[in-house]
Amino acid sequence: MAAETKIDPMHQFQISPIAGHLDGSPFAFTNSALWMLVVLALIWLFMLGGMKRQLVPGRWQLMVEGMTGFVTSMLATNIGPEGRKYVPWVFTIFMFILFANLLGLMPLALVGAQPFTVTSQFTVTGVMAIISFSIVLVTGFWRHGFRFFTLFIPHGTPFILKLLIVPIEFVSFMVRPFSLALRLFVAMIAGHILVDVFGNFVVQGINAGGVGPAISLLSFVFIAGVMALEVLVCAIQAYVFALLTSLYINDAVNLH
Amino acid sequence: MPQINQLAAVAYSQFFWLLLVLAIIYFGIGHGLLPRIQSTVDARDRRVADDLAAAQSARTGADEIESDYRSRMDAGRAEAMKLVQESKAASARTGEEKMRAAAGEIAARTEAAEARIRAASDAALAEIEAVAAEAAQDMVQRLAGLKVSPEKAARAVKAALHG
Repeated sequence: MAAETKIDPMHQFQISPIAGHLDGSPFAFTNSALWMLVVLALIWLFMLGGMKRQLVPGRWQLMVEGMTGFVTSMLATNIGPEGRKYVPWVFTIFMFILFANLLGLMPLALVGAQPFTVTSQFTVTGVMAIISFSIVLVTGFWRHGFRFFTLFIPHGTPFILKLLIVPIEFVSFMVRPFSLALRLFVAMIAGHILVDVFGNFVVQGINAGGVGPAISLLSFVFIAGVMALEVLVCAIQAYVFALLTSLYINDAVNLH
Repeated sequence: MPQINQLAAVAYSQFFWLLLVLAIIYFGIGHGLLPRIQSTVDARDRRVADDLAAAQSARTGADEIESDYRSRMDAGRAEAMKLVQESKAASARTGEEKMRAAAGEIAARTEAAEARIRAASDAALAEIEAVAAEAAQDMVQRLAGLKVSPEKAARAVKAALHG
């Protein structure tokens, strides 16, 4: 019966095939791939609204210009004039993460769609983190050659301390892509599990009778709060990913 | 956790579709739409800055014109004041001259009139003397029966009149 329904908050992260089979083929079209394409379509639509290029922008154009201006100024303040080169990539991940996060929160189940949060897959966040980290490495070695290793030696460190600090700096540097990928992945998965679990509490509380409905109401109020927080987290995580990427690129461009 | 359980089965599919989508966003939007949007923003910013600079220079120009106008106004006002003062002084001077001339004429006429009056009174006096001499001559003749020459009578009257 309904009261005995097993809560499976992990089911929402399940990737299922839409065409073909999950046989490890790169071309298997899954619900994850579908939602990535939806994100792409939404971003493209959003950006097209900014292409009117009027001198006095309308609301939509202003929103688009706000987004581009936000990323552009973030790179300009963190990296300097050279930051413009990296705007396309940072803008790409910022918009992709932001739209994917928000799309995952949309109550699309009401219209029968099975929502799926692309950024709750560490395969996705990992690829983006690795690309960002690769840009840092390539830029660093391209511009500074082996002097890029001086990144691990803070200025004016006594020799004895260098022996200690260099390994620490090296480890913290190498951990960057993992922290970048896991931060976003964990934030998304935690929020969705929380909402899923308490959503199940609402249903089970109503079915249980007794004090159940009271617990349902409590859970419902709690979910409302968590959802508001999650919307905030969606934007913050996209911002943090873009900000950290630009800070790491700054290390590579300007050393210290 | 499906992300781990399914890793082997879905990893390549995830990578493929993600890289495809990111590539489209990166090249299509990042290198396609974004620079054009940003150039619109830059053009607007430049335009605003230019307009502000133009407004600033226009304002400076207006200030200059105003101060110029003000100084010319002041000069004009000073000139007008001087003219007024001068004409006032001139009119006062001519008035004074006219007054003086009129006073001179009046004095001359008064003098002439006085002269005439004096002449008239002298004449009248002479006449009185003549009449008095005649009267004295007549009275002496009637009272004393003496005949007095007119010269004598006149001398006696003159002595009596003038003491």
